[in-house]
Amino acid sequence: MHARADAADTTAPNWPNDIFATLQRFDVRQVPYVPDAGHSKLIQRVLSSSTMRGIPLTTEEEGVALLAGAWAGGQRGVLLMQSSGVGNCINMLSLIPILRFPFLTLVTMRGEWGEFNPWQVPMGSTTQGVFELSGVQVLRASNAAEVPAVLEAAASQAYHALTPTAVLLSQRLIGAKVFTK
Amino acid sequence: MSKANLLDRRQVVSALLANRKDVVAIGGLGASTNDMCAAGDHARNFYLWGGMGGAAMIGLGLALAQPKLPVLVITGDGEMLMGLGSLATIGLQRPSNLSIAVLDNEAYGETGGQTSHTSAAADLVGIAKACGIKDSQSISTMAEVEAFAKAVHDVSAGPRFGNLKIDSASLERILPTRDGTYILNRIRGDLGFQPI
Repeated sequence: MHARADAADTTAPNWPNDIFATLQRFDVRQVPYVPDAGHSKLIQRVLSSSTMRGIPLTTEEEGVALLAGAWAGGQRGVLLMQSSGVGNCINMLSLIPILRFPFLTLVTMRGEWGEFNPWQVPMGSTTQGVFELSGVQVLRASNAAEVPAVLEAAASQAYHALTPTAVLLSQRLIGAKVFTK
Repeated sequence: MSKANLLDRRQVVSALLANRKDVVAIGGLGASTNDMCAAGDHARNFYLWGGMGGAAMIGLGLALAQPKLPVLVITGDGEMLMGLGSLATIGLQRPSNLSIAVLDNEAYGETGGQTSHTSAAADLVGIAKACGIKDSQSISTMAEVEAFAKAVHDVSAGPRFGNLKIDSASLERILPTRDGTYILNRIRGDLGFQPI
């Protein structure tokens, strides 16, 4: 398997470390996630952190409810998932405007930029629309250089202004999976 | 249809919250949240009017954020069935201060009393146990309810799960506030957190 990403980003990308550093600076404590290859390095950093708790979920909507509880108890969190998981969250996203807790999610994109698997495309194509219809603002990072600024803006508006925010980490940034020739 | 020897839901919830002290209680969507209100409004009551399937996860987030506080989720069988995966998530995290009490009337009481999966097949205690929540029990007497209520205060021995078989009679609705930001910020205020 090789990755169809921009050449400079293919070996040991540093952007997951940039994300981790930003989350740490914003005092994020609970990190619920459904694993994705694109999030694997960040998940590793979280699981070995002494200040953050990585919480594996069975389905993404659990993470939305968890973040509401975390905030009731005084902690900030961030939900890590893949674009396919966004659809699983839809009804639970209604908690965000009702309870008004800080909501930040980082979504690794599939179904775009050189995707080889057609089954990823329908949900990948509607991810942004689903968020916007649900009242979650969408920011996007398409290359490693813009990750720190996008994360900073997203965390700031989510935690300081209670603006529900999703950051889409584009498949161009992560590198498209290629199982076929 | 009511069966003999089943617990009365209002009596059960009153007993669970009678000596609550610092307990934060989360009421799942449906009659459970009303029962909590019927037992007496409280600044640490987290009433849910939506987000079906999310009560146990809200409890987990709170329990992890406040490990010294007893956190009690009170929900129904239908609400719990919609979030079964959360029992696996809780079994993995093992928050020692989290308790879950399911008021199991084997029916969707709010929507016309349609039978739920627990009426014939699903065994919630077995599921909770198999998800790693060792202290999982079926509760059928008020003495057991009172013992469970006492155990909720032991924040070092959870997580614990109780399935309480209750009478399916519909009771007069006693409705809590529906204002989510009020509910959440009232809890935060009582725990000493300032508005943003």
